[in-house]
Amino acid sequence: MRATESLPRKGLRHVMADLFRPGGARILARTPDPSPIHGRSRIGAGTGGILPLRVEGLCYRAGAVEVLREVGFTLEKGGPSLIIGPNGAGKSVLLRLLHRLLRPSAGQILWGTPEAARRQAMLFQRPVLLRRSVLANAAYPLRLAGLGRAEAMARARAELAQVGLDGLADRPARRLSGGEQQRLALARAAALQPEVLFLDEPCASLDPAATRAVEEIVQALAARGTKIVMTTHDLGQARRLAAEVLFLHRGRLLEQTPAARFFAGPESAEARAFLRGELLW
Amino acid sequence: MTASDTNCQSGRVQDLASAFATALGLVATADPAVMRILLLSLRVSLTALALAALVGLPLGALLAVARFPGRQAVLVALNALMGLPPVVAGLLIYLLLSRAGPLGPLGLLFTPTAMVIAQAVLIAPILAALSRQVLEGLWEEYAEQLRSFGAGPWRAVPTLLWDGRFALMTVLLAGFGRAAAEVGAVMIVGGNIEGFTRVMTTAIALETSKGDLPLALALGLLLMAIVLAVNALAQGLREAAAERAG
Repeated sequence: MRATESLPRKGLRHVMADLFRPGGARILARTPDPSPIHGRSRIGAGTGGILPLRVEGLCYRAGAVEVLREVGFTLEKGGPSLIIGPNGAGKSVLLRLLHRLLRPSAGQILWGTPEAARRQAMLFQRPVLLRRSVLANAAYPLRLAGLGRAEAMARARAELAQVGLDGLADRPARRLSGGEQQRLALARAAALQPEVLFLDEPCASLDPAATRAVEEIVQALAARGTKIVMTTHDLGQARRLAAEVLFLHRGRLLEQTPAARFFAGPESAEARAFLRGELLW
Repeated sequence: MTASDTNCQSGRVQDLASAFATALGLVATADPAVMRILLLSLRVSLTALALAALVGLPLGALLAVARFPGRQAVLVALNALMGLPPVVAGLLIYLLLSRAGPLGPLGLLFTPTAMVIAQAVLIAPILAALSRQVLEGLWEEYAEQLRSFGAGPWRAVPTLLWDGRFALMTVLLAGFGRAAAEVGAVMIVGGNIEGFTRVMTTAIALETSKGDLPLALALGLLLMAIVLAVNALAQGLREAAAERAG
């Protein structure tokens, strides 16, 4: 399979056959490419390619607990995909599996190209900021990806301006407020120009104003063509952002529905109960 | 030692105050013999610290991020090496550097270089073990994010060393304190040769065995003052830098 080809839909048997072709196995989450990124190819590499993302029979066990069971779906290019569901549904684990921070117990995560790992970024619930200045934080992944110092700094400054933090560039990052920290994390992720951006409850510990600021940035990124894949337990946020909804419940994907249709009336009884606020876990 | 003749009359002085006076006298007159000993002490211990840091800190960082079979055993061994007796470290280096030893032809035995090597060997495990401890907490916080950025363990090492720099300053001070305070290793590989390999601790040991307790005590006070000054300087630098970097 060539790197630039997008994956057509095909059955498991064909996918298995792909594994035995040269380079085929690299598209599997089970065999992540552990080598660090060299060269500059990672940054802004191409305009398309890693989507659609196809997930088949994804399972994740932690000890005896089945966190995810037989989850399968396809993510296409387009508006934000919001993963919602009650606590413990497996939302965060699903994001970490897709981003290769965890290895699935079974199942496949198939990206359009083998370079997929380099064209995605992830934002965590609590932003992990380095003990450096705001600017140095934003430039760090760019330097890691092989950009020269001057170029990385310039790009980082531009991204900071996008999120309104250019005035704080020289401040220690960890002295920022919670909202500013999450905006910095967004700018840092955006600087990588990822095709897909995963966000794990980015507003869970923010006040309404900071939440709104983060949502605006997320919408701007989506408008810029970045595929947003985000978990939230905030239904209002899901309504504001989602183009489609993936509803998870107890480790199963119960539905993947366009947002308008989901909020008008979900197909599954569990999702209906969740929307009424009656499904707590 | 000439200082003993000028600064202290015969017999013992029980009073700590006279030791203080002697110490002040040594500083005030800038006794050349004492200053030489003091400077050699600083030179040897700081060079040993730099060498040990070059090996110990990256090793500690690597142990903080790496997961491999037998890691626990390595950590236990490393922690145990923190208790390595200076005389044993000195003895090992002595065996290596003595005429018949594998590094004998270098002719390093009873030179300041040999003392640097012995102290570096003594404190490298301390730096590695303590920095591993300090950086492991940082790695727990950073691990997911760095992996998300595509940084493997090797790339994480310099990041952790830089971001943990303030905590590592304390680790370095612990190593420096250990090096400056030990007497066994430098005595064995240095030989306490006056004007060449005599340092503060070996001078103190010598004056004590000669019975010149006030001078020994005065040298001890001087050594403690130097260690205090180094610590204060490091603390000041750390505060100033932390203020800027958060």
